[in-house]
Amino acid sequence: MIAKPTIPAPLDRPGSQIGKPVSRVDGRLKVTGGAKYAAEFNTPGLAHGYIVSSAIARGRILAIDTAKALALPGVLQVFTHENRPSLPWFDRKWKDDDAPKGSPFRPLYDATIHHALQPIALVVAESFELARYAARLIHVTYEADEHQTDLRAAKADAFTPGKDKGGFQPPPKPRGDADRALAEAEVSVDLNFSQAVEHHNPMEMHASTVIYHTDGSLTVHDKTQGPINTQTYVCNVFDLSKDSVRVISPFVGGAFGSGLRPQHQLFMAVLAATALKRSVRVELTRPQMFSFGHRPETLQRVALGAKRDGTLTAVIHEAVQETSQTENYVEVVVNWSGQQYKCDNVRLDYKLARMDTHTPLDQRAPGAAIGVPALEIAMDELAAKLGMDPLELRLKNYTEVDPNTGKPFSSKELRACFQQGAERFGWHKRSHAPRSMREGRQLVGWGMATGVWDAMQGQAVASAKLGIDGTLTVGSATADIGPGTYTAMTQIAADILGLPIEKVSFQLGDTNLPMAPLQGGSWTVSSVGSAVKAVCDRLRDKLAGLAAGLNDGPLKGLKADDLTFADGFLIAKSDPSWRLSITEVMRANDLLVLEDEARSVPYYKSQMKHALGTHSAIFAEVRVDEDLGTVQVTRVVSAVAAGRIINPKTARSQILGAVVWGIGMALEEESMIDQRLGRFMNHDFGEYHIPVNADVHDIDVIFVEEHDDIVNPLGAKGVGEIGIVGVPAAIANAIHHATGKRLCDLPITLDKILEA
Amino acid sequence: MRAFSYDRPDSVDAALRGVAGQPGTTTEAAVKFVAGGTNLLDLMKADVMRPERLVDISRLGLDRIEDTDDGGLRLGALARNADTAYDARVQARYPMLSKAILAGASAQLRNMATNGGNLLQRTRCYYFYDTGTPCNKREPGTGCGALTGVNRIHAILGASDSCIAVHPSDMCVALAALDAVVRVSGPKGERTIPFADFHRLPGDTPHIDSSLAADELITAIDLPVQGFADHSTYLKVRDRASYAFALVSVAAALKMDGQTIRTARLALGGVAHKPWRDPAAEAELTGKPASLETFREAARVLLRDAKGQSHNAFKIGLAERAIVRALAEAAGVEHS
Repeated sequence: MIAKPTIPAPLDRPGSQIGKPVSRVDGRLKVTGGAKYAAEFNTPGLAHGYIVSSAIARGRILAIDTAKALALPGVLQVFTHENRPSLPWFDRKWKDDDAPKGSPFRPLYDATIHHALQPIALVVAESFELARYAARLIHVTYEADEHQTDLRAAKADAFTPGKDKGGFQPPPKPRGDADRALAEAEVSVDLNFSQAVEHHNPMEMHASTVIYHTDGSLTVHDKTQGPINTQTYVCNVFDLSKDSVRVISPFVGGAFGSGLRPQHQLFMAVLAATALKRSVRVELTRPQMFSFGHRPETLQRVALGAKRDGTLTAVIHEAVQETSQTENYVEVVVNWSGQQYKCDNVRLDYKLARMDTHTPLDQRAPGAAIGVPALEIAMDELAAKLGMDPLELRLKNYTEVDPNTGKPFSSKELRACFQQGAERFGWHKRSHAPRSMREGRQLVGWGMATGVWDAMQGQAVASAKLGIDGTLTVGSATADIGPGTYTAMTQIAADILGLPIEKVSFQLGDTNLPMAPLQGGSWTVSSVGSAVKAVCDRLRDKLAGLAAGLNDGPLKGLKADDLTFADGFLIAKSDPSWRLSITEVMRANDLLVLEDEARSVPYYKSQMKHALGTHSAIFAEVRVDEDLGTVQVTRVVSAVAAGRIINPKTARSQILGAVVWGIGMALEEESMIDQRLGRFMNHDFGEYHIPVNADVHDIDVIFVEEHDDIVNPLGAKGVGEIGIVGVPAAIANAIHHATGKRLCDLPITLDKILEA
Repeated sequence: MRAFSYDRPDSVDAALRGVAGQPGTTTEAAVKFVAGGTNLLDLMKADVMRPERLVDISRLGLDRIEDTDDGGLRLGALARNADTAYDARVQARYPMLSKAILAGASAQLRNMATNGGNLLQRTRCYYFYDTGTPCNKREPGTGCGALTGVNRIHAILGASDSCIAVHPSDMCVALAALDAVVRVSGPKGERTIPFADFHRLPGDTPHIDSSLAADELITAIDLPVQGFADHSTYLKVRDRASYAFALVSVAAALKMDGQTIRTARLALGGVAHKPWRDPAAEAELTGKPASLETFREAARVLLRDAKGQSHNAFKIGLAERAIVRALAEAAGVEHS
């Protein structure tokens, strides 16, 4: 099927809100400071906490001398493992919705140091600056043990994890005999890759403001990707009832996965608030943002065998990732390599190695953002060896079914991504030989890669309340970490009930709202959007029934399917002059409000029979300074197939941001560890490099048309992750095309280019 | 943050009275001047610098940029970096300096940072900033964390076993190449410090950055008449296109006679505890034809004692390439 380069059509009607590039409904609040983030809620008498971090990477605290800190006027308390209140012993009490197998980290639990920068004390004072100063006066004596933070050494003891985390699938069993096929292949490549640790580093630092009420109940403002997850954690750890803990987190300043698990500042703030019976805020500093979860360091090998005509005959993908000593953090790194291309001989292997670091944590496109680029760089190397257009090689091995499972894709318009992306980029003008495109001292390179991500859906509940004036309030306890959830949900609701956007508001980030899953994995539109659709469909049916029951009304006896909902009216399809406003229908039925709640459940039966995923094709142009090794990414085209796009404006922004991050992953981002200290050293924005405006040039986003009735009732797959997945590979491949150098250690900093 | 007291005098004399009697150099002083605050305040929050008192000098009126009698230009110590870089006289007569300033920091920081403060900014060594690690510059006697740690951004020239940190400034590299003079007021009146003598190498006292005494105030930076406007450039090589400190930077300035180099100035940033100049390398260029071969030879001379650490050895080769590129650009020699 040839897709047209257009935004996918709206659900069923002209004038639909779905598919419109609606500006963010919360945009004004955000740019005027009206949007409140976790550290911006204030209350009289608020106390401030500051966290003391461990100087060693492994060992024990022998003594903590807090006397000098406590002696300062205005310092309220210093909490340590020595004076903490009683805390639960069982691991299950510390588990959150994103916890992998193992023992979650317990702040201030005992004297054991598990990793550098571990929080070991909390100073609470009348002001932040006083707490920070007092923290400097605390003297800690340690007994250090030897630590292991070197993955290349730790991998000697690597082990194969099980299904150790929700959403994780161990690699499928081998197909055929990949090692033999590789040995016998007419052409083969065999590459080793490394991926540096990356920290999430959202703009907003992690913070929790806990408001203590006189009855002992708490209102918690937390930076989280799921308020219910925060509530459950607080209730379990501190033995509180759900009625006494309300979490309100209406705005989150980015998270990228860092808010999927409760971070230690939440524990600290609740601990202090309940112990001191005061409202307390704890906000991390930027260096402390390097003290918890991160994208794990990863070592990989990808080997490919092929016939001279490009037919893949062998795929081997092996990965070793770091995890902590206490939890088995796992993510899907290698499985994609069995899914992307048709191949009879495939062996995939995934292992973990324990290190003395904090447990890693899902970060935008976890697993895929590391594993898919390794495969896609290897494909590029294979194309170069074959003397083949890299795009041709991918088309040659294209698959309409998921070879890992044999299931057909519910939809997969990747061919359209290739075609439209290549056309927009001008790929056919590429001269395929490396170093063949030059401008002065600048070597020009064009590279491409494929991206893939799952299209997942979870259960969610939404409530809706329609007023007689035609205003609609919909709510669900999801989060909006930046993708535009407020806006997308508003559009879906407005669309189904035929209301102007201004008449609809969406509420989120509050545990008093109906259940929603964590916001992650690109599944919020799919999960919560389906619940919003479900509850609005019910209101629609109710309104239709009420209108049909009006004996002297123009819509008497008509069913919901016979009606159009537009501009606040119910309109007969057969004759649009027969119409009633929502207000008229409700007034005639003596109703001031109409309320309902609905749960959406995935189409398990049909989804089980299909592979569900988003796909993309990325084309990148780089200019490499031949003398200095500096790289500029001058152009990127990302063509994405992600089902129906609810809002092309906010969806485009997600892809833009992901491409920028992809540039960072390819060229800049790296948390550098001092192996002797076991400590990340470049822990600020001056030295942890993320792309700046001057690094970002033209980025062109295409959403190809993709129809999907299986993935969910909206046919929308979500675009949170797909934008980043292939980008590092497209850039690395472009660098190869520019320089002839095959670089597989990310980030590709200029020294690696000069020394290759 | 530690509590500190704060004064805001309105004259140079009053400001000097605020620091009178302090021994040692300004780096060690308990009473410090603050102007833009773009570096000092960060360091105070991180508890790396712990002044007891700040004397705010932002109202002293030292923010002018004026012609000097000998045809040079005087940059007020309190003129902002951005105002200096965009000053028409600086742009016309000292384009290398303008380019160097604009290669540093971010627009927001350049709007706040002053010229005097730029000279006194501290290293960006990770270990200096992280109070949980050893650092001889921050806590003398604790050792150098970078020496055995992450040292990708560290020195290849003039380092010691005590410290391998580098000076972070771009502006100072150009000032070094221009032979600028630092004007200072102190208890004994005014004195001048040649730029080459202002910053120092770490030796076994890396906690001292400069030769400025604790009771002295920078009032201005004098630029000599020779600005090398026809044949100069500033080249900065870094890990991203903006807002990153130099891995290597080069200020290259030439006076040409046809294709022959009459005078050469070459200063490097990002490679040492101070802007690095080497008379032998400049002598290597003098009187020679402007060619890539000449430039390479000068680079080799300048880097003859360069020493890499575990992560930064690449800087030696990079510095050579950057020197050749910058000199070629300054001389207008085709680089192929």
